Amino acid sequence: MVKGAGSYVKSKESETTTPVSRHRFLIHNKEDHVGVATTPIEEDEQVIGVYMEDNSEVNIRANKAIPLGHKISLVELDAEQPIIKYGIQIGITTCALHVGDYVHTHNIKTARW
Amino acid sequence: MEKKLYGYRRENGTVGIRNHVIILPVDDISNAACEAVSKQVQGTLALPHSYGRLQYGPDLDLHFRIMIGTGSNANVAAVIVIGIEDNWAKKIADGIAETGKPVTYFSIEKQGDLETIRQASWKAKEYVQWASEIQREPIELSELVISIKCGESDTTTGLGSCPTVSQAVNQFVDAGATVFFGETSELTGGEHLIANRMATPELRDKFMGVYDNYIGEIESKGVDLLGSQPTQGNIAGGLSTIEEKALGNIAKTGDKTIIGVLDPAEAPTNGNGLYFMDTSSAAAECITLMAAAGAVLHLFPTGQGNIIGNPIEPVVKITANPETATTMSEHIDVDVKGLLSREITLEEAGDALINYMVRTINGRLTCAEALGHKEFVMTKLYRSA
Repeated sequence: MVKGAGSYVKSKESETTTPVSRHRFLIHNKEDHVGVATTPIEEDEQVIGVYMEDNSEVNIRANKAIPLGHKISLVELDAEQPIIKYGIQIGITTCALHVGDYVHTHNIKTARW
Repeated sequence: MEKKLYGYRRENGTVGIRNHVIILPVDDISNAACEAVSKQVQGTLALPHSYGRLQYGPDLDLHFRIMIGTGSNANVAAVIVIGIEDNWAKKIADGIAETGKPVTYFSIEKQGDLETIRQASWKAKEYVQWASEIQREPIELSELVISIKCGESDTTTGLGSCPTVSQAVNQFVDAGATVFFGETSELTGGEHLIANRMATPELRDKFMGVYDNYIGEIESKGVDLLGSQPTQGNIAGGLSTIEEKALGNIAKTGDKTIIGVLDPAEAPTNGNGLYFMDTSSAAAECITLMAAAGAVLHLFPTGQGNIIGNPIEPVVKITANPETATTMSEHIDVDVKGLLSREITLEEAGDALINYMVRTINGRLTCAEALGHKEFVMTKLYRSA
């Protein structure tokens, strides 16, 4: 149907590769604390994210490698704070979070149990 | 929708998109006879399962509801019922016969497998030849019952495949069709969002009662959902908590008002529209219950790549995960990975799904049908006597 995320097209003029799309992660809502990597992200890479709500962009350095589909922190948060995605709480932080951190089960948990 | 739809209009007016002749075992020990008949008579479909003996109370009621509902599904043209004892086989056949479709039951006691297989094969041959002459005719979208449930979810289901299904759900409900969603425990973290969409305060209370009961049942075993929700596959796909999983899951339900809260396998009685059904979140159990309630087509968003199928209703799989779309392409009917790279819009993804649904309704086999996935799994509420 269409080329997938992370695929590259070769430019005939320059013989260099340029990404089909610039963004490397997507963010559901403006108030969200995390974005979702749409391609694998390398440690220390400077990456662009797009807010799906209004197409605005954010530019962040990733502190750790982040696999496809995993989350990157957009905010500074203390431990035991609500964490927001889809504009809704998806859990609480178990330690402090910094901008660019890889966010998963090692630093957030459910608020239910 | 501009394209013409063609399906099978059954004796009671319900509309199917497949034309199965099924050989339905009442109980586990009748599986062998049913499978023998289906081997002997080409074009029939045996539905072996594990239960039907010494069940009691609500669990037995559910067993009969699934059996009768499966036979009554509009994708089924005719039914052979085989059980060890006469009474329960007759009860199921009588329930199916209320639809007006051809159904005959056989019992194995006092004659054994071989004589039962002989008699049932003659009847199955008659049914399958009769059914092969039934023609598709023009149908309306509003006559269809569709079910939705996702599996092997990851963050891409919430980003892409579930919102794509939402596009179809909203259009189908607006066109007057009926849609089921379920997965009671997987609403945890977003149950308030579902409760707020209930048509009446009574339905809202009923829904919260069903939800609290399911979670209470899990907690009564001395466990929480942490060990199983999210699953290892979900976590590998980037989902960190049950709340995050639930919000992605709910993203497939559209935004229409919910007009009913159904028991497992309960057929809707409140007219056409969007219904919640109390189900397990295990894919085969959930889809078996929804087919038993009358669903004729299933939409299944997946992230990491669940390969589920169902013998009664075709299962259409949708993924936005570029790795799954590539490494498991034989299982993926609709590839919307372009949503992640922003090369397609959500409207385009929805249109691609609806176009594929039209082809499936009109007879094109889904990936799961072509690959022979026929997972028929009864829900059992507690151990037998």
